[in-house]
Amino acid sequence: MARIGVFVCHCGENISATVDVARVASEAAKIPGVVHSVDYKYMCSDPGQQLVKAAIQEKGLTGVVVAACSPRMHEPTFRRACAEAGLNPFLCEMANIREHCSWVHEKGEATTHKAIDIVRTLVAKVKKNRALQPIKVPVTKTALVLGGGIAGIQAALDIANAGHKVILVEKEPSIGGHMSQLSETFPTLDCSQCILTPRMVEVAQHPNITLHSYSELEGLDGFIGNFKARIRRKARSLDEKLCTGCGLCTQKCPLRRIPSEFDAGLGLRPAIYVPFPQAVPNKPVIDREHCTYYRTGKCRLCEKVCPTQAIRFDQPDEIVEADVGAVVVATGFDIKHADFFPEYGYGKYKDVIDGLQFERLASASGPTLGEIRRPSDGKVPETVAFIACAGSRDPAKGIEYCSKICCMYTAKHAMLYRHKVHHGRPVVFYMDIRAGGKMYEEFVRRAMEEDGVQYVRGRVSRIYERGGKLVVKGADTLLGARPVELEADLVVLATAGVAQPGAEDLAQRLHVSYDAHRFYAEAHPKLRPVETNTAGIFLAGACQAPKDIPESVAQASGAAAKVGALFSQSELVREPLIAVVDRQAPPVYSSCSGCFLCQGACPYQAIKREEIRGRDGQLIKTVAKVNPGLCQGCGTCVALCRSKSIDIQGYSHEQVYSEVLALLNRGERDG
Amino acid sequence: MKTGFYPGCSMKGSAREYSESLLAVARELGRELPEVPDWNCCGATAAHNLDRDLALALPARILAAAERQGMAEVLVPCAACYSRLSVTRHELLEDEELRRRISALVAADYRGSARVLNIIEWLEAVPDLEARVRAPFARKVACYYGCLLVRPAGIVKFDRPEDPQSLDRLMRRLGAEPIDWAFKTECCGAGFSVSRTDLVAELSGRILEDAVSRGAEAVIVACPMCHLNLDMRRPNIEKRAGRKFRIPVIYVTQAVGLAMGLKTKALGLQRHKVSPSALLAPASVQPAAGATSASGDSPAGAGSPAGERRP
Amino acid sequence: MSSDKHAHPARKDLAARVLDRTGVDVARCYQCGKCSAGCPLASEMDFPPSQVMHLLQLAGMGPEYADMALRSHTVWLCLTCEICFCRCPMELDIPAVMDALRHESLRQKKVNPRARSILAFHRAFLDSVRYTGRLFEMGQVVDYKLRSGHFLQDLLQAPWMFLVGKLHLLPERVRDRRALKRIFAGTRQAGEERP
Repeated sequence: MARIGVFVCHCGENISATVDVARVASEAAKIPGVVHSVDYKYMCSDPGQQLVKAAIQEKGLTGVVVAACSPRMHEPTFRRACAEAGLNPFLCEMANIREHCSWVHEKGEATTHKAIDIVRTLVAKVKKNRALQPIKVPVTKTALVLGGGIAGIQAALDIANAGHKVILVEKEPSIGGHMSQLSETFPTLDCSQCILTPRMVEVAQHPNITLHSYSELEGLDGFIGNFKARIRRKARSLDEKLCTGCGLCTQKCPLRRIPSEFDAGLGLRPAIYVPFPQAVPNKPVIDREHCTYYRTGKCRLCEKVCPTQAIRFDQPDEIVEADVGAVVVATGFDIKHADFFPEYGYGKYKDVIDGLQFERLASASGPTLGEIRRPSDGKVPETVAFIACAGSRDPAKGIEYCSKICCMYTAKHAMLYRHKVHHGRPVVFYMDIRAGGKMYEEFVRRAMEEDGVQYVRGRVSRIYERGGKLVVKGADTLLGARPVELEADLVVLATAGVAQPGAEDLAQRLHVSYDAHRFYAEAHPKLRPVETNTAGIFLAGACQAPKDIPESVAQASGAAAKVGALFSQSELVREPLIAVVDRQAPPVYSSCSGCFLCQGACPYQAIKREEIRGRDGQLIKTVAKVNPGLCQGCGTCVALCRSKSIDIQGYSHEQVYSEVLALLNRGERDG
Repeated sequence: MKTGFYPGCSMKGSAREYSESLLAVARELGRELPEVPDWNCCGATAAHNLDRDLALALPARILAAAERQGMAEVLVPCAACYSRLSVTRHELLEDEELRRRISALVAADYRGSARVLNIIEWLEAVPDLEARVRAPFARKVACYYGCLLVRPAGIVKFDRPEDPQSLDRLMRRLGAEPIDWAFKTECCGAGFSVSRTDLVAELSGRILEDAVSRGAEAVIVACPMCHLNLDMRRPNIEKRAGRKFRIPVIYVTQAVGLAMGLKTKALGLQRHKVSPSALLAPASVQPAAGATSASGDSPAGAGSPAGERRP
Repeated sequence: MSSDKHAHPARKDLAARVLDRTGVDVARCYQCGKCSAGCPLASEMDFPPSQVMHLLQLAGMGPEYADMALRSHTVWLCLTCEICFCRCPMELDIPAVMDALRHESLRQKKVNPRARSILAFHRAFLDSVRYTGRLFEMGQVVDYKLRSGHFLQDLLQAPWMFLVGKLHLLPERVRDRRALKRIFAGTRQAGEERP
């Protein structure tokens, strides 16, 4: 026989101002099964909790209803109190008479009646509650970091330095990402390579980090603490153990006219290549698409010159499987290129370049060894137009957001140009200057005041070529929107930062959500910025939104801290409010008919097939089974199940029906 | 499929050679082009500058008349008329209430069934154009689209609005070499020809300047207004620019006619302010692939046997 | 693109009326200036297109802003070449706004005096269409000269045009004159009265 205790809270005046709480308590006492009913000013206070604990012990309660605030607020408080008094915490329910009643209604009879009704439904429910045990899942203390740019490097090092194993996967032949392509970095103008390469080397040498470069994630299964990753190690076409990185093969390769990805198409590379001299790992890779041997079956020069016989033309891709407990996604971003802009020539003008290309021109390791020379004829440009917001803040082009980094790097580009070409004239066309950040505004001021960069406020309408010059048609909106026509030798577009080409595909493999622009979605824009909605998968860097280096690094360290917190426990405890499939004694075994409609509907891939076998091993039937580690208790499968064979623990059909019935039957008594 | 023809006012007057050359080409192609019966002026710039309903009603009456004749499409060679008719069709199909109101004004239930076709669409649909080229138009040409063939892109849905290519492709099929230039879609001054000739001289001058500086031998147009400004306003242009431009401006249909070996008179080439006689002299560039070479003499008289042509 | 934030039926400012007539919400303009940068006649205008948009944005601040827009030379200089609309990052149909402003400017009799010849030409054009259904170029030019006072301008072109067969002395006419009459009667043109 149920023995239910009801505890009605005044919440100061929050509830008692509009609800007659004493009435609620006295009415609750009349509900069959209620053996104890009191009201108190602050039930969540220590004395209030004491009331609950004492009643459990003295009256031998089998269930508790606290009529107070939202369960989001204090359900954990009262469940803990119940547990301390020896009652299973899942036998405690909250009747929300604050948010659902006192706060939203005027004082009056009807309001008190509604509060009584709410209590009545919860009493009906708690009578059907069963004692539940929390779910415990083990944690594999290895993290998978996807992407070896600065965000991935930072996350990997932080996690590894905390003493955990890390698997770092990078799709390019070397780690380093976009940061390795940059010349100098704002707002301090320190050399990008100089601050990055030590980190890259640290990654390579760290005993806790396993690096898979030239590799991609094939698939990810499992759940927080217990993921299984499949990683495709693309064939480098050489034996990495034998290769010493001497570079002879890359020097002898006769094919030298392939546009270099690292130099953003401005430089050339051979078919067997290391992306850049400081690459990690410093081992070449054969570009099978261009290599003469793969195209014609002839050449093999690299194989002949290799002193260690490391070349393996027939090397297959390799699939590596790994158990990991957490994933940090740090796959970075891409930029739009000049061909995205019809009004700027669809990319047909060689001297209209994007920001990354300018970085390579300005970089000492770039195709011009750091001299600013324009791509068409190698001349030093006398006038350079920098165009901010190229594609960003442009709904007509499908990109309404601000790419955030362009104002700063444009100021930097103009500055670097001026430092390298003293007589040069840099002109920046901009709409607004967004320089929020430590020393950022000061940096932009420096460009204008010390380096004499001209700023013209107005968006450029068009660029065309005339007699070896690029005619830039802008306007000065600070001078009556007067048209400005500038003859430039080089135009640098600060093109929009966009998601990686494969972002959508990877998101689907990871089961993480993404926004309309294919940037990965954080769980909460303010309070959970490094987590995804999938437990155990975290975000770092520009795969979430365009970010500069300091922000990417900060977010990476944040993600690493989250991973560290997860790995600080050997087991994860979760609420057992999950779906279960009916199981019963032979000869029925389970009412599940095995239609598996639930399996396709489950958004968390939590439903698997289970074969029920007799003692002789004969298959009796195949039924659905819920993986308690993955199930989030959303109830989609319950709604879909035709034979009502799935139920949510704590929110069973029986419990919900009795709540509804309590409301329906109330009429008979209350008239 | 029945294709109607809406000449518009200028093709009956100041641009009559556009009409003459179009009809000569159509005759040669064996295409009939029945005029939309009892057509009226589309209202041009004046109507939409002064009154929105008038700007919609005048074209709506034309389109409704074409519909009544069962015309599935209406060829509108004048780019300005093409724009007015396209915009009207678009707006009336978008807004049912407006469609009803304008229908009442023109006393016809306008449905929007007749598609509006520009001259390039009509010409590029000729499948065997290359085969009909008897005297390849082997010239460096500046294809001038002007404003209204390609804009507003969301309404005319023809070619790309920046650096369009359709006319260039068409001219290539005639054996011409279109230049890559910067003023394909810059405005010539349009309807200001009479009221603000000074502005037209300035804007049109820039267009000619660019075409000439890149070595074009002719400007190819598809709009009477553009032609008027670039050809008839040449004295004004030259006075303002302080230099002479000898480059002739011809209609695309005249270029097609010349390539097909039609008589210059039939194409109305004598009606230009700037004589196109230079275009009748021996060709300067090798004919592009796709067109066979002819003797290179006067295109009007030239002709190679049909059997030698390859598609 | 409709928005109900200007939904004050009693006193709608010019921006609200433009929104009603064109569907263009001028609040969306963020003053990048790309329209002015590409406009072929921006340098001739008193207010380049982006500034006209800004005047409309300020229309709620006081009547003088709307007045500046309606009295501007710009609205009459606009050639409707559509390049601003084509390149506007916010996809604002500025040529449609210019049309609406012209109509309003006529209605409120605020036409900029410098636009006299342009307006005279438009009116002469429509007169010709009103009476014959088609443009009678000869008649229009004569009409325009009377309206604008530019009697000598272009006089030298006429003999040449006549000579090459481009100028007709008699107009072509639409047969169904009543249909035309109905259209012109049904559209209350603000431009009918002489300036």
